[in-house]
Amino acid sequence: MTKIELTVNGTKYSREAEDRTLLADFLRDQLGLTGTHIGCDTSQCGCCTVHVDGRAIKSCTMLAVQAGGADVVTIEGMASKDGKLHPVQQAFSDCHGLQCGFCTPGMIMATAALLKDNPSPTDAEIYHGLEGNLCRCTGYINIVKAVKLAAQTMK
Amino acid sequence: MFEFNYLKAKSLSEAAAFIASNPDAKLLSGGMTLLPTIKQRLAQPSHLVDVGGLPELSGIELKAGRLAIGAATRHHDVATSAVVRKAIPALAYLASLIGDPQVRNRGTLGGSVANNDPAADYPSAVLALGATIVTTKREIAADDFFQGMFATALEAGEIIVRVLFPVPMRAAYEKFPHPASGYAMAGAFVAETAVGVRVAVTGAGPGVFRWSDAESALAKNLSPSAIDKLTVDSTDLNEDFHATREYRANLAKVMAKRAVAKLLAAKS
Repeated sequence: MTKIELTVNGTKYSREAEDRTLLADFLRDQLGLTGTHIGCDTSQCGCCTVHVDGRAIKSCTMLAVQAGGADVVTIEGMASKDGKLHPVQQAFSDCHGLQCGFCTPGMIMATAALLKDNPSPTDAEIYHGLEGNLCRCTGYINIVKAVKLAAQTMK
Repeated sequence: MFEFNYLKAKSLSEAAAFIASNPDAKLLSGGMTLLPTIKQRLAQPSHLVDVGGLPELSGIELKAGRLAIGAATRHHDVATSAVVRKAIPALAYLASLIGDPQVRNRGTLGGSVANNDPAADYPSAVLALGATIVTTKREIAADDFFQGMFATALEAGEIIVRVLFPVPMRAAYEKFPHPASGYAMAGAFVAETAVGVRVAVTGAGPGVFRWSDAESALAKNLSPSAIDKLTVDSTDLNEDFHATREYRANLAKVMAKRAVAKLLAAKS
């Protein structure tokens, strides 16, 4: 067991966890932040995408202990405190960028990271930028629409 | 996952000493291959020694015609580095094709090179550019470093510190990614260097290899048509449910031709 101290969505936490605990499991089981989904557990699907020190990563392929001292943002940390959705969340809602919704938290975290690096992506850049996220409903058309709308509203 | 103990190395010498005296310990850098391998119970390390954050392994620097990239430099940082993009744009491009954005934010150059996955991208650039691998013990030429499937010249307890890439006149990389995994079904890195044209093929064989027939042909005539009549010997290539060895041999040639065409279009 190791003591892990980290910041998640602006709140400091200190928890004991086994060294082999994955960040995704730590967030869900220890902190109760179940918005981060575990789809494949093999680093393929991207449902578990969160931001660690500002970069999108797959939390099923990072140890919780590796996030010690880091600043983590999960889907729960995207909306403002008054409940106003993040522009990427709003765009996914407006464009119906989801079907079953399971991949949505990961899609939103990956999109937010993509738009930070590239505020006006082309279609090809959106495809390349979301390559690490799978939608098993194959609802990609509206997801791409949502990314474009988010890019527009965030300008 | 089996249990293991995690250790965050405070220095390179501490990490080297630890793995030298703990034969079942493994170095952890980005963990993009190692963690999935442990999750599948294909590896059971006693300890993971995290070297990912060590300052000795970081940094990108152009010095005396060589680009030095620290072993723990993440793919994203190579792909977006202004220094790499200017000195060896083909290397930045290669890094931008590895895995997906989330993987590129974690995976590292040293990890990829040390793992020597037969379908990894970086080994082709290291070999085609005639790079030097600097370890905690010595300097190893790329031609001596890669020794077939997941095998390298690294000894127990030896850690890659940085890779020195001589800046070529021109270079280009082309790969045919497997649509699901993104790994190269075949990829070719072609470099016009001070010591001649070098062609390295990844993804097709049990390990990265130089295609010497293409190198001699391109030395006489640097154009895609120069390799039209050549074939990659398929005898030792990989065959699996994705592709036959003959298909991979042809794919390697097609990637090499595309890479040459791209190299010619690039500014020298």
